[in-house]
Amino acid sequence: MLQGWIQIALTLLIVVAITPFLGGYMARVFQEQRTILDPILNPVERVLYSLAGVQAKENMTGWQYARAIVYANIAMALLLFLIIMSQGWLPLNPTGIGAPTWDTALHTTISFITNTNQQHYSGETYMSYASQMLGLGYHMFTSAATGLAVGIAFIRGLTGRPLGNFYVDLIRGITRILLPISIVGAIVLIASGVPETLAGAAIVPTLENPALSQAIARGPVAHYEIIKQLGENGGGFFAINSAHPFENPNPFTNLIQIVGMVTIPTSLIYTYGVFANNRKQAWLVYGMVFVIYVVFIGVTAIGEYQGNPAVNALLGGQAPNLEGKEVRFGWAQSALFAATTTGTMCGAVNSLHDSFMPNGGFVTLSNMFLQIIWGGQGTGTAYLFAYLILAVFVTGLMVGRTPEFLGRKIEKREVVLASFLILLVHPIAILIPGAIALAFPDQLAGISNPGFHGLSQVIYEYTSAAANNGSGFEGLADSQPSPLAIANGTATSATALWWNLSTCFSLLAGRFVPIGALLLLADSMSRKQPVPMTTGTLRTDTGLFTGVTAGTILILGALTFFPILALGPISEAFQIARGIG
Amino acid sequence: MSFAREAGRAVRSTLVLWVLTAIIYPFAMIAFGQIVFPFQANGSLLKNAQGQEVGSALIGQPFTSDRYFNSRPSTTSYSTADPKKDEAGILQTGVSGASNLAPSNPALLDRIRGKSDPDLAKAIEGDLPRLQKASVKPTADLVYTSGSSLDPHITPEAATAQLDRVAKARSLPPNQVETLIAQNTDGRFLGLFGEPGVNVLKLNLALDALSPT
Repeated sequence: MLQGWIQIALTLLIVVAITPFLGGYMARVFQEQRTILDPILNPVERVLYSLAGVQAKENMTGWQYARAIVYANIAMALLLFLIIMSQGWLPLNPTGIGAPTWDTALHTTISFITNTNQQHYSGETYMSYASQMLGLGYHMFTSAATGLAVGIAFIRGLTGRPLGNFYVDLIRGITRILLPISIVGAIVLIASGVPETLAGAAIVPTLENPALSQAIARGPVAHYEIIKQLGENGGGFFAINSAHPFENPNPFTNLIQIVGMVTIPTSLIYTYGVFANNRKQAWLVYGMVFVIYVVFIGVTAIGEYQGNPAVNALLGGQAPNLEGKEVRFGWAQSALFAATTTGTMCGAVNSLHDSFMPNGGFVTLSNMFLQIIWGGQGTGTAYLFAYLILAVFVTGLMVGRTPEFLGRKIEKREVVLASFLILLVHPIAILIPGAIALAFPDQLAGISNPGFHGLSQVIYEYTSAAANNGSGFEGLADSQPSPLAIANGTATSATALWWNLSTCFSLLAGRFVPIGALLLLADSMSRKQPVPMTTGTLRTDTGLFTGVTAGTILILGALTFFPILALGPISEAFQIARGIG
Repeated sequence: MSFAREAGRAVRSTLVLWVLTAIIYPFAMIAFGQIVFPFQANGSLLKNAQGQEVGSALIGQPFTSDRYFNSRPSTTSYSTADPKKDEAGILQTGVSGASNLAPSNPALLDRIRGKSDPDLAKAIEGDLPRLQKASVKPTADLVYTSGSSLDPHITPEAATAQLDRVAKARSLPPNQVETLIAQNTDGRFLGLFGEPGVNVLKLNLALDALSPT
């Protein structure tokens, strides 16, 4: 058991060690200071700006920034939808896959523009290489860079700067952060065994029974895999994501994947510290999130290590729960991956969350309810500081002072925006469609595991959509038949149609409403007259205030969603403790 | 800014970034992989002495007989099918998948311990009785299905538990088989990260090389 904790601790150590370097670098990139890649990238970016028609010096207001995001996302979404629907006659389709159903294509499009990558399809059987490379892989860059741009604009506004220009932030996020790291990472992944080929599946006779053939699915995986992790996208090339030996062949690639998905959101907190010129506050907030993160990893890992008591009784001894897990990762790396992927809104999986013990269900759901245990690319950091603003407001009420954050007064408009985007949108996007689906368990929900776990399956799906995470309790019947199966006469599924369409609501509400609110919040903060700091000012860079913030986060999260956790994973844990049928 | 100008800028940015991240980047990586690491880039395919492809070093295969080390139970039978009866088209694309059974789902226990039913089509043999019949001490990895259904590994304990059976079926001295297990074990990264696993396909290929059928 100790061995498992050591590998978890070392991984976390690597993440913390990277933070100041990447965080500082991102601050330089978005403050337009000199960086090491300037000699190559400055001319490249000039060409990109002029081709795209972007005025690099133009600053946008909150509304303009938000509108630019909406326009760009509509254009990108149309491109993706067209590519997927026409994959049957596009080139780069060695496995001969026709177009999926329209609702699958629509859901996939919305899921990828929102940086969610919730997959109601299997990569091998639904998507051609053209769709994966030219469509989905493209959105892994743009949706991640969009989130990053929002995070940066929010930090700029909070620290009293103009918000910047969306297109400049989008392009610089790709050319200076996502693409360079992806190129290096893709090369390392190829060398470690991740395929990068345009050849179709390899067919070989099996060793034990040559009459039986094995199809080894391949494809241009490596370049896709690294940005899938780095951009917190999470949409696997293959059905089974990072559990597939071709996506994640060994513990080394697994380490890259875990560090890859958590490194930008962790570093962005440090970037805030550079912008605000208050690294102490950044590290305090960092420490607060880190503590919750470590507790969540521990809770998940203990559950998986102890295993399923009913199965342990059959095996005649305690053994880890390996259902849906790969031998090379074991309980420790699987639990660490699960806690990280749901905390960061990556949504890639190296083991199947549906088969985790209730501890894992509790943590993965809680991560997505809170959305700040690092959180989504850019947006997670922004949520975190929105929570800070709420904590300032709450403490201000307690001591009877006008609340201030970074020398700017928090007034009605800011509190309305912060509480609206944190307290209202998330529960609405999860609980209302969840209640509808649960009211029609057979017609709509398509639950595959009976009892309390079934409730978790439904809520997990909407939570994952609304938090823009993308992982799932994958037993849920949310996939239409593959294009080949439909061509062979399989009927389309009503539950899949429901899931494809209803999660679109949660995906869009969970992405664009908060982005709009965050930008308006940043805009109004940036326009405030700073008030001088006095001895009476509530300092926000103290341990006490950070503790109050942690309390605010946990209480707001717990009050809203605790009933679901009690009815889902907690009840399931009691059920298992009592003994299964 | 006018609608037309704003929309134009969105479309132009979309296309410019598309060329950069969806055309230049992937094709450069494919070219790099094919030139510098062709073995890995094409799926780490293993060939036999005749030069025919027999599998991938990274992907498991189904093994159930006494002569071979058995692999983990798989929900897709390791993406295999009979080429003459492949209505589902598995051999067209390849598949992966998992059971997605919750720990509280009685179906998980039925699959592991087996279930008798007067209707033989509904009866389940069970992973545990199957192992017991083969007198293999059950380990967790041999009764739980893997995440990908393609797991190339079993734990070293699961290999040790099968050692005597395979050695007997092949009339080989057990210590010789033990050496093969050690040679085909992938350790932890830097001795720290991940878990050790025995690559079943490579181990069984090595067995066949030692004592051909």
